[in-house]
Amino acid sequence: MLAAGLGLKPEHFEEALQARAPGLWFEVHAENYLVAGGPRLAWMDAMREQHPLSLHGVSLSLAGEDPLDAAHLKALAGLVRRLEPSLVSEHLAWSRAGGHYLPDLLPFERTTVTLHRLCDRIEQTQEALGRPIAVENPSHYLALAHEWDEIDFIVELAERTGCTLLLDLNNVYLSANNLGYDAAAWIDRVPADLVSQLHLAGHSSDPTLGAALLIDSHDAPVAPAVWQLFEHFVQRAGPRPSLIERDGNVPAFAELMAERELAQTVLEAGTQRLPLIEATAA
Amino acid sequence: MTTQAQLVRVLLGAVAPDSTALRALADQPAFAVYRNTVIKGCVDALEANFPAVARLVGQQWFRDAARTFALEYPPTDACLLRYGDPDFPAFLAGIPTAAQLEYLEGVAQLDVLWRASHTATDAPALDAAVLAQFSPEQLAAQVLQPHPSARWAWFAHQPVPTLWSRSRTRENEGEELAWQAEGLLLVRPTSAVRWQPLSQARCAFLDACAGGETVAAAATAALQTDPETDLAALLGELLLAGTFTSASAHLPGEFR
Repeated sequence: MLAAGLGLKPEHFEEALQARAPGLWFEVHAENYLVAGGPRLAWMDAMREQHPLSLHGVSLSLAGEDPLDAAHLKALAGLVRRLEPSLVSEHLAWSRAGGHYLPDLLPFERTTVTLHRLCDRIEQTQEALGRPIAVENPSHYLALAHEWDEIDFIVELAERTGCTLLLDLNNVYLSANNLGYDAAAWIDRVPADLVSQLHLAGHSSDPTLGAALLIDSHDAPVAPAVWQLFEHFVQRAGPRPSLIERDGNVPAFAELMAERELAQTVLEAGTQRLPLIEATAA
Repeated sequence: MTTQAQLVRVLLGAVAPDSTALRALADQPAFAVYRNTVIKGCVDALEANFPAVARLVGQQWFRDAARTFALEYPPTDACLLRYGDPDFPAFLAGIPTAAQLEYLEGVAQLDVLWRASHTATDAPALDAAVLAQFSPEQLAAQVLQPHPSARWAWFAHQPVPTLWSRSRTRENEGEELAWQAEGLLLVRPTSAVRWQPLSQARCAFLDACAGGETVAAAATAALQTDPETDLAALLGELLLAGTFTSASAHLPGEFR
């Protein structure tokens, strides 16, 4: 059973391999391992021997107007077959258009057209991978002309495709801050059975606009307000595999493990109310 | 209606927003978050992909150059491990402030070759004992397949391999440098990429092998490059480095 996990950084590889803790798991970005051979895949094979893994894609461009990149999807399917990860996830965003790939999770308007497009892409992905995926709610910075409420949109996607929600609580927190809504109320509206995993991360303030614009920078410890949202969700819905992400200002491994322990404590408190949810089997 | 391709061009600064819908996005202060994230992602990827270049020129110069490159040559491949291949080395050579650094393009090319070797398909290295069982005539007719991770290059004008290796390992960086032609072999017979100096004759030998030529033809190519070449030493050295993965007899009349 997966409890609290950590995003794996290459500099922590040896320590992560040796680390032992109940329910510990690691997430990697799939794109860093879409290679023909060599030490990167050997590291993942070794990790897979010791810990459950989650493959988190950042570039499939599910919400893109362009068709999915067939070669990329095939390579991803190969990696999934090789590593048999416990979890596979992607983002409700796009990153590829007109022959260019932009390393970001770009926003789209939630319309019936984009709903249908996302359903097609998610189904195509799930068929290629031979398993359901979880899709992550994006960070919002811009006011767009949406036709659909975000939660209704995600519920509809899940009903039509069988995908689940990777609920990123930091993304909810900063989106609510940036666009002016109540993060806790938003999270309370998310159906508990939609959520298969949780993400926790740190954010930063925009250098010009300050706290009015929070940025999903993953370069700091999880903020107290995001911990509160986490506790609140786990108390309501029960524990889920929960990941601490850190991509910038990466501290020593022990420091990340200590932060992970905080998440583990929250999950264990939640377990007393509800049984741990088992990760989707490969 | 904004298309995503249009939005990409605005994000990269290639065009100004030319529709009401695009302007409504680009005029929001938060639009800069996307622009900054995209450019930072590209620059970070280039810095990770070209570490020897970055160390030689310094971080600020490198990141400025990488930013200009990213706007001109945005990624086309979602696997950023390949970003900058093959355009970044030549782009560096064209930067006016790098005109004195004639070796920079070569150093960048070696960063490309290192990554190619690092991510190449796994394969066993050819054991010298396999070749030892052949008669000289049989050996001459063998075609040696370079290991999937083997990469090599000859630099006729500058000691690019030494510059690259010192920058990469951060060793002997201050030592004096003989300004001469040099070659380099990179190969990953087991887990890590290893590299060693490579003579021009050995480069010629490997070029011939990669072209599907027999040992005899590759030896001729090596001798044409340097008539003093000790062929037994050449083959022994390349085998020891794990440069080949297999040997197969060339059949007369076979098309290659």
